[in-house]
Amino acid sequence: MDVPKHDVLIVGGGGAGLRAAIAAVEADEHITVGVVSKVYPMRSHTVSAEGGTAAAVREDNTDSHAYDTIKGSDFLADQDAVEIFVKESIDEVIQLEHWGCPWSRDPDGLMSVRTFGGMSVDRTLFCSDKTGFHMLHTLYQTALKYDRIAWYDEWFVTSLLKDDGKICGVTALNVRSGAIDAIPAKAVILCTGGAGKLFAFTTNASIKTGDGMALTYRAGGPLKDMEFVQYHPTGLPGTGILITEASRSEGGHMINREGDRYLSAYTPERMELGPRDMLSRAFIQEMRANRVFEGPYGEYVHLDIRHLGEELIMERLPFVRELATEYVGIDPVYEPIPVRPVVHYMMGGIHTDANAKTPVDGLYAAGEAACVSMNGANRLGSNSLSEIIVFGARSGKAAVEYASEQEFPEANTLSQMAQAEKKRIEEQFLKPRNGNERVATIRRDLQLAMEQGAGIYRTEEEMKTACEAIRKLLKRYEQVEVDDKSSVFNTDLIAALELGYMLDVAEALAHSALLREESRGSHAREDFTTRDDERFLQHSLAYQTPEGPRIEYLPVSITRWQPEERKY
Amino acid sequence: MSAKKITMRVTRYRPEQEDAPTEQAYELEFPDDWVVLDALNYIKDDVDGTLTFRWSCRMGICGSCGMMVNGEPKLTCAAFLRDYYPAEIRVEPLQYFPIIRDLVIDMTDFLHKLKAITPWIVRDEEKPLAEGEYLQTPAQLADYKQFSMCINCMLCYSACPVYGHEPEFIGPAAIALAHRYNLDSRDEGQEARQQVIASSEGIWDCTLVGECTEVCPKRVDPAMAIQRTKVATTTEWAKSMLMPWGKQ
Ligand SMILES: Cc1cc2nc3c(=O)[nH]c(=O)nc-3n(C[C@H](O)[C@H](O)[C@H](O)COP(=O)(O)OP(=O)(O)OC[C@H]3O[C@@H](n4cnc5c(N)ncnc54)[C@H](O)[C@@H]3O)c2cc1C
Ligand code: SF4
Ligand code: FES
Repeated sequence: MDVPKHDVLIVGGGGAGLRAAIAAVEADEHITVGVVSKVYPMRSHTVSAEGGTAAAVREDNTDSHAYDTIKGSDFLADQDAVEIFVKESIDEVIQLEHWGCPWSRDPDGLMSVRTFGGMSVDRTLFCSDKTGFHMLHTLYQTALKYDRIAWYDEWFVTSLLKDDGKICGVTALNVRSGAIDAIPAKAVILCTGGAGKLFAFTTNASIKTGDGMALTYRAGGPLKDMEFVQYHPTGLPGTGILITEASRSEGGHMINREGDRYLSAYTPERMELGPRDMLSRAFIQEMRANRVFEGPYGEYVHLDIRHLGEELIMERLPFVRELATEYVGIDPVYEPIPVRPVVHYMMGGIHTDANAKTPVDGLYAAGEAACVSMNGANRLGSNSLSEIIVFGARSGKAAVEYASEQEFPEANTLSQMAQAEKKRIEEQFLKPRNGNERVATIRRDLQLAMEQGAGIYRTEEEMKTACEAIRKLLKRYEQVEVDDKSSVFNTDLIAALELGYMLDVAEALAHSALLREESRGSHAREDFTTRDDERFLQHSLAYQTPEGPRIEYLPVSITRWQPEERKY
Repeated sequence: MSAKKITMRVTRYRPEQEDAPTEQAYELEFPDDWVVLDALNYIKDDVDGTLTFRWSCRMGICGSCGMMVNGEPKLTCAAFLRDYYPAEIRVEPLQYFPIIRDLVIDMTDFLHKLKAITPWIVRDEEKPLAEGEYLQTPAQLADYKQFSMCINCMLCYSACPVYGHEPEFIGPAAIALAHRYNLDSRDEGQEARQQVIASSEGIWDCTLVGECTEVCPKRVDPAMAIQRTKVATTTEWAKSMLMPWGKQ
């Protein structure tokens, strides 16, 4: 085998993966780290994050940030994890500043902060409205300075390798050559991002297919709190392109067809800066009351930022203007922007503790793929960009520590496993097999099932239907036939493998949702309309079995903040 | 929304079965708000799964989807079909790069160039995190901000006549990025970067016609970066020749 081995192997070159890589090489000067990414790292979806990154810098305190986060989570966040997060996020944003991140500045030269939904004080740092873009490029460019990081750009991970119960590497498809190899490692960190592509209408890029979640699930690890899917209240109809919450932080208004700032009826104290779950539900209520506009891509309301003026828009929200002008032909300096709720973020993910460790030995996870949980049932805007750097860094350190006590796996065992994986993929996808299903058709049917069963409001019946639909799709997937049987850059094969991941993740999600008989955060049920702390102040854990997901529960860690009613 | 019909001529190149690129035509109906990338995805999903191209964000920020559209380097997620209709559209891989397959080019060389200019903050001493951020005024930020907006889409390389005949040329985006760090008040690495660029093949051939700046979808203005770098390099060079003791 000509692929080198690494003490720590990171899957994912987004914000979490790059931060993990730097932390790992810095933690031990003798180790090497591999970063495997299915796209060049700077293409990772962190690049699209717009609004900002929360940290209690300036005249702020960590308790307030912790409380806002916990309340935002509808008390499902683990409070010990949140306490770590709010403290470490401060150093992490400063670290990025030292690495050159162009944070927007106040006249005195300090990093600026803006207000954000569900945050009681201004604590969201930003780089105008391309925060994720600048963070990602800063991290990538900084990571380039470490020669001990090996880059596997455009390699697609197809499975986790386990020996003697411990993770000992991955198998990956070298997209350019078509070869499938094992990459041996003492520890693996999954930083593979979210799974918004389970839904048709989403802010997420094509690459967000839940790969790391499915890899863990298949390797026997549990997926936590998968039922919690964040709908962002302001996506562009049709494309789902995000109009950042920062447009509301800067003073934008949400207006219905009657011309009212309708949020006064839902989040009267915070108005446009209430949490996302409540704002997305408010839209549905307005829709049911017939107070929204109708358009070719469904109902919408207006996000009006005209009163902010061209100068402020150009300074703070230039990307919003660029996106609205390019994609819907509306210049927000002069016209309100049409928006509707759109699938945006997965609160759930790979079950980890606060050191990013999963229950599978040698396996770590961080970023949107992971569920620590610090977001609980609803993430506050701007907490994710800080989460990826805080827990990215923690995962790097923890994996190095673990790896220092491990031996490399036997080369022989690994090459056998790689051979087996190669055979599986060839037989299932690359040999002609007279399959009668197309990847895109199954994907569309899956997205439809998810939209109907795991929407903003949910009912038992709809969710049951979705669970059954997914089972059938899993069967149909066995008949999938790719058009492309070649080796070099076979994106048809990748799409088929991704679809396999999506189906597994979708099944875990739908079952977790069905069994949570309460309404909490983003999980709003029409048949169980209130929060039920007696039964459900617990995380769900989904395990894969041949018959479908098995759901277990795990108590939430409460340190200082008792659950209370959530009002804004 | 009414659907219109358009013909797309797309470069095909399957290295396992042919020696040179060919062209394939697809006819399709499109709604008014489709971009070129939507059409490619439609073909891939419903007509021919072997068509190969890169994309990800579909919002003009990840930099993956650059191609030649009717001979011009474009982000295909931001190029609307309606702007070409009713004429045919020719979609080709970014020019001057080796083709891996169909519309996918080899960007390894670009990544080497990116790394070569030391694209990170260089300092003799780093202050501890506990002392907080380096102060940087909005004016200091504005000095380099524009040059930090590059999404590495490489359209400027495909537009650059110098890169076209001198592949060693370090190129517009890399120079813009070097300039970005050089102008950053936190950075002290200017000298090393300047040397790499001054010794880069081709930089002195650049006549500053500005094609790079014209095609840049993010208004980075690499031409300006090249010009300023040349001026800085010549004055540095002159200084070091005339007063070698003045350096250090
Ligand atoms: C439009 C948009 C705007 C946002 N704005 C904000 C904001 O303002 N503030 C905020 O806090 N959050 C925001 N978020 C959320 C936040 O950006 C993401 O949650 C976060 O960036 C995720 O980072 P990550 O590193 O976990 O994953 P990603 O950046 O998605 O990276 C995932 C990586 O995994 C790799 N990968 C995946 N599968 C495989 C595989 N099988 N093999 C190999 N590699 C693989 C990919 O190549 C990629 O490198 C926004 C999200 C979106 C979509
Ligand atoms: S300078 Fe502009 S055209 Fe060139 S790579 Fe960067 S964003 Fe693309
Ligand atoms: S798909 Fe990301 S820039 Fe076009």
